[in-house]
Amino acid sequence: MTYFPEEVVEHIFSFLPSHSDRNTVSLVCKVWYEVERLSRRAVFVGNCYAVRPERVVLRFPNVKALTVKGKPHFADFNLVPPDWGGYAGPWIEAAARSCVGLEELRMKRMVVSDENLELLARSFPRFKVLVLISCEGFSTDGLAAIASHCKLLRELDLQENDVEDRGPRWLSFFPDSCTSLVSLNFACIKGEVNSGALERLVARSPNLRSLRLNRSVSVDTLSKILVRTPNLEDLGTGNLTDEFQAESYARLTSALEKCKMLRSLSGFWDASPICVPYIYPLCHQLTGLNLSYTPTLDYSDLTKMVSRCVKLQRLWVLDCISDKGLQVVASSCKDLQELRVFPSDFYVAGASAVTEEGLVAISSGCPKLSSLLYFCHQMTNEALITVAKNCPNFIRFRLCILEPKKPDAMTGQPLDEGFGAIVRECKGLRRLSMSGLLTDKVFMYIGKYAKYLEMLSIAFAGDSDKGMMDVMNGCKNLRKLEIRDSPFGDVALLGNVAKYETMRSLWMSSCNVTLKGCQVLASKMPMLNVEIMNELDGSSEMEENHADLSKVDKLYVSEMEENHTDLSKVDKLYVYRTTAGARDDAPNFVKIL
Amino acid sequence: MSPPLELDYIGLSPPAAAAAAAGADDDLKGTELRLGLPGSGSPERRVAAATATTLDLLPAKGAKRGFSDEAPPPSPVAAAGKGKKVAEEADNDKKVAATPQPAAKAQVVGWPPIRSYRKNTMATTQLKGSKEDAEAKQGQGFLYVKVSMDGAPYLRKIDLKTYKNYKDLSTALEKMFNGFSTGKDGLSEYRKDGEYVLTYEDKDGDWMLVGDVPWEMFADSCRRLRIMKGSDAIGLAPRAADKSKNRN
Repeated sequence: MTYFPEEVVEHIFSFLPSHSDRNTVSLVCKVWYEVERLSRRAVFVGNCYAVRPERVVLRFPNVKALTVKGKPHFADFNLVPPDWGGYAGPWIEAAARSCVGLEELRMKRMVVSDENLELLARSFPRFKVLVLISCEGFSTDGLAAIASHCKLLRELDLQENDVEDRGPRWLSFFPDSCTSLVSLNFACIKGEVNSGALERLVARSPNLRSLRLNRSVSVDTLSKILVRTPNLEDLGTGNLTDEFQAESYARLTSALEKCKMLRSLSGFWDASPICVPYIYPLCHQLTGLNLSYTPTLDYSDLTKMVSRCVKLQRLWVLDCISDKGLQVVASSCKDLQELRVFPSDFYVAGASAVTEEGLVAISSGCPKLSSLLYFCHQMTNEALITVAKNCPNFIRFRLCILEPKKPDAMTGQPLDEGFGAIVRECKGLRRLSMSGLLTDKVFMYIGKYAKYLEMLSIAFAGDSDKGMMDVMNGCKNLRKLEIRDSPFGDVALLGNVAKYETMRSLWMSSCNVTLKGCQVLASKMPMLNVEIMNELDGSSEMEENHADLSKVDKLYVSEMEENHTDLSKVDKLYVYRTTAGARDDAPNFVKIL
Repeated sequence: MSPPLELDYIGLSPPAAAAAAAGADDDLKGTELRLGLPGSGSPERRVAAATATTLDLLPAKGAKRGFSDEAPPPSPVAAAGKGKKVAEEADNDKKVAATPQPAAKAQVVGWPPIRSYRKNTMATTQLKGSKEDAEAKQGQGFLYVKVSMDGAPYLRKIDLKTYKNYKDLSTALEKMFNGFSTGKDGLSEYRKDGEYVLTYEDKDGDWMLVGDVPWEMFADSCRRLRIMKGSDAIGLAPRAADKSKNRN
């Protein structure tokens, strides 16, 4: 292999599609390692604490696109205390020092400050793409910095971030010379934007293909914008209220009709049902539709719209669509690949108009379905077995029965057989979230059949350690395991410690693992960070004594601990492989063993 | 609806440690000044509509209204909603694990698994809209609104969905009550008395003259009807105002 000049090897590498392939070739020999690292353009860091930022930028000095993910997934549901970590600063600072050619940055579940954004804006003259998903810690001032300094900005994509609103002026910071925008998504910005500035920005962005507005944008502004963007492919509307001005909506319809390339629609917010018919002319060309933030539309509004969307591939909707509405989807949207049905009632045992019947209907009408997120009132084994047979192509299957531990609604049995059928039939399943009453049996099925499973989410399930162990031993491709409120303890935690080196992370909260078990794990596996978070009340004594020891990355054992509370249950446990050692930015409620 | 099993589960926080900690702390927590139930310390609070017997929680429509989240501005407003309050996350030492509550008022942190962003966004939407509006739009086959008539001893209720246009509505109301008028033509024959004006309260809480907007729009935004005395309708219905001027 060393017979080839390096340029040829590099060229061959450029055909490798995935990060893992490139990681693999870099292990072959030193020459390949060097060629690969210098030619690597995109780096993906799935856990920001798995590796030090300095190491990444030193190894890949020519990286153009960096993706970093921070907090564990359960942070989405407030299970990770605030100030846990996941700071963007070190990454941006390291890149600013060593990779000034950086063009793209994508971050998820990280804490980003305005100072970070300012540094980002000033450090990378060719910066083009910023994508922030579920991040927090910044304000519209940070966006102003990006707008004013990133002269070549192509994409500013803000998805579901918690952004402090400091006024509408940020949008005006895009200079007149900025004409390169392809994608702009500010749907999560809570406040007003200056509509004149927005219209002018759109007018000088001939390449704009994706535009997602926030709810402050009026119908009139939207119409004016759409006249300028006949090539728009993806639109997130502003608010479509029923301050009914017939001419406004007529203008909107005629502007929309000119957008022949428009394929994806979202936004709507508290859209009035009156406004929905004005969207009808678009429906036949839509492949993506997100109505999941619009509780003001009921079953009949939704079905009238969806029944026209015959090319739909991706649908996000609220459960007020009801089972009947899902039947309409099933008969109209034969190309459906991804369905997400969200609850409109967030209570633990809240009501939902959606049950197993809707899911069965979808499965029989939409055989291409491969990705599902389904919040519902109840489920049955029979339904799941039917769904598994109808749709063997599931890659992502996430089912959330609103009431925890709810059994089969018909038979009262656990839902082991139903989920067992899913993992057995859907041989390509990569992600699974389960709910309802589940025993160890379902985990036996998962360990046995779910060979390609990469991510598993468990809540209120299982009877004993055996359940977790079946998963750890059977799922060869498991990367992320997250468990809450399930009776798995130290035996399961320690049953296959080598496995953790092959995984990105393990999360366990409100389970039965003890401090001692975690200590044993930490001592056996020095390449893991074993993070413990306890309620401050319960462990304040420990915190006081060991506060200064959080920097220690080896096993920490003290007389104090051995005497006291080794067998105390650990509230939250987060284990992840790392080459970085214990992190030095952990707050005092996090103990790293 | 739900057997005790459910309550037992929800009332019991699975790990003994959390339960023990909570038990020891309940007394202290009860004396803390917070905007929440004693013991509720987590930013994520959802009241379980555990059983139909829980008095504080109405079925679905009521329960929808009562939640709020750590959305900064509107939380006090929403927290003043239904029975259960949501504590603001002002404190640093917030408790994150679910603390056991009295059975019917159980809360589970982080369940159902929905992103805070989604909860906050929906909370804002539902604060803007009106409670009855959401009720009305729940795919029900009916839309009952109260009808009052000035001077009548009691109110009536009608299902707006059984009517297709103003004429049908007017005819029905005519049968229920005697002598009223609206602003829409086709009903002028009923206006000869000139005594009453048909008005409605829309979802913004404003009182409007029936007949100005397309029927569908009216039906969607109407929350209640009031058959108003013409003399009260000055400024609302021009004809009524003229009539009352004439009378004067």
